[in-house]
Amino acid sequence: MSRVSVLIPQALRPLAGGASLREVSAATVEEALNAIERDAPGFLARILTPEGEVRPLVNIFVGDTSIRERAGLATTLADGDIIAVIPAVAGG
Amino acid sequence: MHERYARHIALEGFGEAGQQRVGDATVLVVGAGGLGSPVCLYLAGAGIGGLHLTDFDRVDVTNLQRQILFAMADVGQDKTEAARNRLAGLNPDVAVRLTTGRLSGDDLLRAVSAATVVADCSDNFATRFAVNAACVRTGTPLVSGAVIRYEGQLAVFRADLSPAPCYRCLYEDGDDELEDCRGNGVLGPAVGVIGAAMAVEILKLISGCGPALDGRLMLYDALNAQWRGLKLPRDPDCPVCSTAQ
Repeated sequence: MSRVSVLIPQALRPLAGGASLREVSAATVEEALNAIERDAPGFLARILTPEGEVRPLVNIFVGDTSIRERAGLATTLADGDIIAVIPAVAGG
Repeated sequence: MHERYARHIALEGFGEAGQQRVGDATVLVVGAGGLGSPVCLYLAGAGIGGLHLTDFDRVDVTNLQRQILFAMADVGQDKTEAARNRLAGLNPDVAVRLTTGRLSGDDLLRAVSAATVVADCSDNFATRFAVNAACVRTGTPLVSGAVIRYEGQLAVFRADLSPAPCYRCLYEDGDDELEDCRGNGVLGPAVGVIGAAMAVEILKLISGCGPALDGRLMLYDALNAQWRGLKLPRDPDCPVCSTAQ
């Protein structure tokens, strides 16, 4: 288990009590997201499909690298890692 | 000319040559809203050779909180026409071309092909994917900005370089609900920050005065006054750019 931070996008902060960042203990990205879901029910449904895939208009990064360039949701974490959930934005 | 653009010409790395390149360039601006406003104003002020501005909408009073191209007297007018008047007052030497409506298909492809750089200032994903595909097909650099609530995103997609990630590498075309300014709100100056940053990247690309934001996605959190840079992932199986490159 590693102690990591998850950056909550503004669209999902109401689910997380307004928090922009949550610290959790997790070994993988999937575990970290599940830990957020336990405190913020509905969080996962906004970023993952019912099949458990990352939604098409969402990206997840560990540090500055997309998890698509690593092991996806199974990407392993190290102490101090920052996970950023980035939904696409179209407003102009 | 020299006097008007003296502060750019004086910049190391910009100079007369950079100003000449700006004067020779044409930028396609897709969307004359909160992002398109600062992009157009800064490019016109900088002496861009041509601006092709496209938007289907009319000025609404709720636009005035962030769309700094427009004034009360413009409410009800086509955004494109109102923008032309404002830009002509700022710099009559800029050749402004308007498309009042939605560019699509061959018209979009021709407009992108004729542009030195494309600025995506649109407010919907369908347009963003279409503009990206046209840029990839024509090898035209794309500067993309987007803002909602208190947060913005900025990226430069170098379809003129190969291999380089495109917008479709970053986001898959899905059926997620559109988050627009109407339902979610947007902080006016936050849109201005991203629009101004888009103009910076466009002027860098055209003048050659500095390295563009290639391969990075910049996130702006206005509430917490933070910028964060992330590496743009390139999808080797991208249906748009993997077959074009």
